Amino acid sequence: MNDELKSIWLKFFNWVMGNGPRPENEVLPPEPPPDLPFTQKPHDKFSRFHEATLKERYNQWLEIHGLHIFSILYSALSILTCLVIVVLLLATVAELPPFGHERNPANNEVIRRYVEHGWHETGAQNIVAGLILDYRAFDTFGESSVLFTAAVSVLMILGNSRSSKKYKFKQLHVYRNDDTILRGVAVMAIPVILMMGCVVVINGHLSAGGGFAGGAILSTALILCANAYGFESVRRFFNERIFIVSSSTALMIYALSKGYSFFTGANQLHSIIPKGVVGNILSAGLILPLNICVGLIVAGTLYGFYALFSEGDI
Amino acid sequence: MIDNMVAFNIPFVSIFMLMIAAIITPLLPRKKRIPEKLSCLVIFIVAILSAYLLYALTSSGQDISFNFPMGHFPAPWGNELRAGPLEAVLSLVFCVAMLLSLTGNFSSTAEDIPASRRQIFSVLVNLLTASLLALTYTNDLFTAYVFIEINTIAACAIVAVKEGPATTRAALRYLIMSLVGSGLVMIAICLLYDLTGHLLMQNMHGAIQVLMITREYAMPLTVSLGLVTTGLAIKSALYPFAAWLPDAHGTSTNASSAILSGLVLKGHVFTIIKIFYRVFGLEVIHALRMDTVIFILGVAAMIMGSVHALKQNNIKRMIAWSSVAQIGYIFLGVGLNTVAGIAAACLHIIVHACVKPMLFTAAGGLSNAAGHKKELHALMGTFYVNRWAGMGLIAGACSMMGIPAFAGFASKLSLTLASFDNKFIVWALAALATSSVLNALYYVPAVIVILTHNKNNPPKPAPVTKLYKFSMFVFLMINFYLGLFCVPLLRLITRGVNVL
Amino acid sequence: MLENLLLNHYEAAAVILSGIGLTNLLLQRNLIKKIIGLNIMDTAVYLFLAAKGYVAGRAAPILIEKAGGGWLTSSSIYVNPVPAGLVLTGIVVSVSVTAFSLALTLRLYEHYGTLNIDEALLKMTQEQEELEAKIEDAEEEVLA
Repeated sequence: MNDELKSIWLKFFNWVMGNGPRPENEVLPPEPPPDLPFTQKPHDKFSRFHEATLKERYNQWLEIHGLHIFSILYSALSILTCLVIVVLLLATVAELPPFGHERNPANNEVIRRYVEHGWHETGAQNIVAGLILDYRAFDTFGESSVLFTAAVSVLMILGNSRSSKKYKFKQLHVYRNDDTILRGVAVMAIPVILMMGCVVVINGHLSAGGGFAGGAILSTALILCANAYGFESVRRFFNERIFIVSSSTALMIYALSKGYSFFTGANQLHSIIPKGVVGNILSAGLILPLNICVGLIVAGTLYGFYALFSEGDI
Repeated sequence: MIDNMVAFNIPFVSIFMLMIAAIITPLLPRKKRIPEKLSCLVIFIVAILSAYLLYALTSSGQDISFNFPMGHFPAPWGNELRAGPLEAVLSLVFCVAMLLSLTGNFSSTAEDIPASRRQIFSVLVNLLTASLLALTYTNDLFTAYVFIEINTIAACAIVAVKEGPATTRAALRYLIMSLVGSGLVMIAICLLYDLTGHLLMQNMHGAIQVLMITREYAMPLTVSLGLVTTGLAIKSALYPFAAWLPDAHGTSTNASSAILSGLVLKGHVFTIIKIFYRVFGLEVIHALRMDTVIFILGVAAMIMGSVHALKQNNIKRMIAWSSVAQIGYIFLGVGLNTVAGIAAACLHIIVHACVKPMLFTAAGGLSNAAGHKKELHALMGTFYVNRWAGMGLIAGACSMMGIPAFAGFASKLSLTLASFDNKFIVWALAALATSSVLNALYYVPAVIVILTHNKNNPPKPAPVTKLYKFSMFVFLMINFYLGLFCVPLLRLITRGVNVL
Repeated sequence: MLENLLLNHYEAAAVILSGIGLTNLLLQRNLIKKIIGLNIMDTAVYLFLAAKGYVAGRAAPILIEKAGGGWLTSSSIYVNPVPAGLVLTGIVVSVSVTAFSLALTLRLYEHYGTLNIDEALLKMTQEQEELEAKIEDAEEEVLA
């Protein structure tokens, strides 16, 4: 009994620690060819002569099945995480103030002041424009800076890859010289798009729109031009240097004018910027020039992204 | 309020100067490293302004803080900045550490990065400093979100500024984890706005106090606190979320590593402190049990960061993992949830912001002496080639281990003292002791390696610039100052926390 | 709870979408899918904010002219303008972040030929090992 126990223990010990005795029914692996030097002897995976340790076998098993198991675990984990997050947030939403109710905490004295006094304090007919470019202008300045940061970062990462031979950039964009339909449409559409963009930018303080929306519209005109007439033709009036100069200058004007406004506001000095008559084009103090600056930045940056991603250069 | 009109405008002026420097930098010529010199100059000026602000706020002996309305509209209607002694001292430390990281690695930056990228690198450094100062000074949660995003993009971009697949991959990992974090922060801010109707910190605080009394919206409040803490914890590399950090900090150029490890993480940690202290209030944090969670995660980070650091062979990765452990110390202080704990956490923020850039700068100098190899065994005997870097590494290691007279001792001592009136004292002390021993286990071998003479393959003497020596000298002086004279600083920070 | 969810169904849809987006961002292995997840999450947050700004029966926050001149400025006419401003900021941030992450992805793809971040890691370690082996060989040759 004791010996049996011992042998079982020994077997188990060998199974765990390896290096057990050779079993009778062992199938030996084919002998390595004798001409191979000793050090290059192939690792015999299926030999039972030296029983592999548990760790070795685990590693072998992991090598074969690991990726599969890992991917299953991963998707299970994904679904679980997703469910936990969604259930938690749904439970939160169920307790939130009711949708569309006028007595919700968010409809407080702050909103009342924005709506009731915003028009004469900022001069803007569009309350949101007055809110983002006058009451909370520092946020919007930060937001334009985010765009600027992303623009210089993308320019740094992707810029100049057309001319440099270091990057094997695939030129997926094939420019065709004979696309009559595209060119015909572009001739008609580009002026309209440009005008539309300008209207949206300039009317930002009077109606829905503003620098961001208008700038995005303007950039589509540039992108259409690049597709119809090639990037070279856009590069004649909008290249990397002009992109950097226009973005920096526009953001600089924004920073300086808003800085002046912040400075006078905080120190309770009189600001020389007139508010104008609400509803006119030339009104709302700094909002109109700021919208134009933001429009320039956004138009340049969005076109810059497009050109950098498709051509590797602006 | 404050009577001194110059000091009153300093928070606004410093942020705007850095922003304008960032905007103007792409237009400057690239030759003679003008962009980088401009950033150094501007950061230096901002450091002086911050020092003056600190002097103006504390010289009267009273605890002063003031709000700076950004525009013509006061508190709940417009954006606001806020400055007190704590904000002033933090912005001073951030600027000084940033400046020394730049000057100390001035020559290694030139080796790693081509001139066209260096120009954008200095744009990003300016933006990063501006966003750090904005995060320090802001009094508005949504402004904080916007500047967190600037910080994220700029931080990932200064990882990717050194060309190569390793940095690209590290930057991507860092970016994705950061985006998860900022997504959570954004959702939490929306929830909080919906519950309180404000975005300004003190108005939110008032509304949350009312909600806690009436017991309304308990669940959304807890969830939003959890989301904002998780999001910022991911960005500040608290332990279970720290897997991205060693790649990003270990592969990038030395200046980037120093800036990221020393400063970028601290901006997010300080935002957490502000949200805990100024938006929710310590009682609410305690009632919602967030302090215990933060405490446990902090202890885990202290231990696990050091354990991971023990496994590293690359010196920069080792220092990067040690940052994870040090972030754990800060969160331990935050998790104590007392004024003393938060003051100790802020002291550790300052200590780590000064010591970690020194360690990265020293590691850069040493690996430069070893022929750009970063493996520990390759650094053998490099102390005798670049003695300033060697002294920096030794002082930094002593500081991280908490040897008296070095900076780390001060913050560890204050953390220990702060944990005395807490129910977790045993755990805090055990974690501090264990972590110190673990720190010693990987820093001491590194010090021994660089001090051992390498007879077989002695490192070739490499030129050490005067700027490097000067920066290292200033780093060492700050280190000794923090180690020996921390008591007035701690008193100052406590006063700052009291008026936070 | 279910009644409240039905009442807040816009917010409920928004948080479900943001949960899906967050999970994609966190757990997809393909970088493009991760970035799409980020965009889903951001868009869901805009939906949430837009729903929070809505007040039943009120107009968009652009002043309406009175019949005899002047403006209607009563706060009971217009919806909450703050979420609109926040959404605008969110959109710009999302565009910037997406462009930046796509640029990094493009560089990674150029080098490794894969969009999977784990495969890229695998290839990177292989390359490093090959490089180290080469260096060792060279050192041995020098010694020999």
